[in-house]
Amino acid sequence: MSGRGGIFQLAGAAQGSALVLSRPLSFWGGIDAETGDIIDRSHPDLGANIAGRVLVMEGGRGSSSSSSVLAEAIRLGTAPAAILLARPDPILAVGAIVAESLYGKAMPLVVCDIAGIGSGDRIAIAVGKDGAAIVRRF
Amino acid sequence: MTFELSAEDRSMLQGEQGPAVAAAMKILVAFAGAVGARSLLDISAAHIDGCLYHGQAGLDFVERLVDGAGRVKVQTTLNVGSLDLIHPELVRMPEGRDAPARRLMKAHMDLGCQATFTCAPYQTRFRPSFGQQIAWGESNAIVFANSVIGARTNRYGDFIDLCCAMTGRAPAFGLHLRENRRGRILFELEGLDADASDATFVGVGLIIGQKSGDHIPVISGLPAPRDEDQLKALGAAAATSGAVALFHAVGITPEAAALDDAFHGEPPRDVIRVTRADIREAVAALSGVPDGAPLSAVCLGTPHFSHDEWMRLLPMLRATDRGKRTPIYVNTGRATLERLTAEGALDDAEALGLVPVADTCTYVTSVLRRLDGAVMTNSGKWAHYAPGNIGVSVAFGDLADCVRSAAAGFVVRGAR
Repeated sequence: MSGRGGIFQLAGAAQGSALVLSRPLSFWGGIDAETGDIIDRSHPDLGANIAGRVLVMEGGRGSSSSSSVLAEAIRLGTAPAAILLARPDPILAVGAIVAESLYGKAMPLVVCDIAGIGSGDRIAIAVGKDGAAIVRRF
Repeated sequence: MTFELSAEDRSMLQGEQGPAVAAAMKILVAFAGAVGARSLLDISAAHIDGCLYHGQAGLDFVERLVDGAGRVKVQTTLNVGSLDLIHPELVRMPEGRDAPARRLMKAHMDLGCQATFTCAPYQTRFRPSFGQQIAWGESNAIVFANSVIGARTNRYGDFIDLCCAMTGRAPAFGLHLRENRRGRILFELEGLDADASDATFVGVGLIIGQKSGDHIPVISGLPAPRDEDQLKALGAAAATSGAVALFHAVGITPEAAALDDAFHGEPPRDVIRVTRADIREAVAALSGVPDGAPLSAVCLGTPHFSHDEWMRLLPMLRATDRGKRTPIYVNTGRATLERLTAEGALDDAEALGLVPVADTCTYVTSVLRRLDGAVMTNSGKWAHYAPGNIGVSVAFGDLADCVRSAAAGFVVRGAR
């Protein structure tokens, strides 16, 4: 796959193994920030772990408290290496921005076409010359 | 699409008003971009839902603002915290959580926020007015401010509500703009009694929450409420079962004098009929235990009990034989509690089995002493969240049912 373009909600470079969720996940009530485990009992990916993965989903979902959970996960090192979304999500964006501001840890959050990405694909995210995101499989 | 910053916005962003304001503005601008706003607008009040301790990141954020000599720019009220600072003996926190929870509440006060610690700021002296632009967190407060008062806020939450307070600005999008306050779905209520019960209002709220999705609901056929507390219960239920931030009730709420006003003259995209049976079914689903189940407590005041609600409860209790003396916990704002105390209204509280709880709420923290029986409540919100949060079985009922059941020591319904 050649690179696909994307828009950063929070800019940065990262790479990791894709974890593609079949349904959007609310971080609040859905992620244990201490471990990175998916704990939402109604979610099809219950039991998977997001730490260090490139998390891929359509969009965010649910309570604004998800901002805090994402920020806390980034602080603890249990957050994904990056998140790819098909639709922008203000709540996850806030969590990522706050964590970068507090802890200097940039977890890239990218809005892009997520079609064709499968769990386990190796994904690299880079910052293009124009500041846009470049998402590649390698 | 370009984003327009005012000269004042740029000044804040560039750090001319200190590092705390700059940090808040940077986050606010990024958020505004993510929601597709083109500019920011002035707000004159904020309500911050940031005092519940969820982890270190939340505390770090507020303390960083305090360290940067931050002060809120507009009148700012605070939602509940994890502790009852008025009755510290009531809340039992896990080891090590008490200190950061207390620091979180104090850090917000250090930023110049008012120590209201209530989820019903609309029933304090900080109540906003019609048309006022505000940035509020806390779902029940948001829906009340928009719907019952006609103030204008989006659903703000973690970090962003405080960034709005620190800058006096909010993204110009969503419910701040008149054109986005138009109703979309019509709920036609059929055959309701004129003096509908509190439970009816809760049931209607649950249904519009479940069925509105992202669309603004309009209710026709809602009986005139006895007082605004019935609309408060409706809104809290709608914001619990769904994501309702604004509802219109034709002939009742201020932006819905007539059906056409609520829909801005356009047709609804959907019409949903709601019968008495639908409402009964929605309310019944709140109860996890049958009539006759033994009770360990009654919990009232979610959202926080108003002075009027206390004035309904107290005579009811005094007229009831206390019987089993099941404890009745009542969450309320500290300002309401001070007023009641000054009036002597709570002089016989202990004899009545009352446990007033301020600054927090019995479903977000550990207050209840006994959890061996079911807990009865008149709150749709409490009934929804408490089983997951604190692991209790719940019976839902009207205020009169709750009072009678407390005396009986088991669930009694149909007391009207």
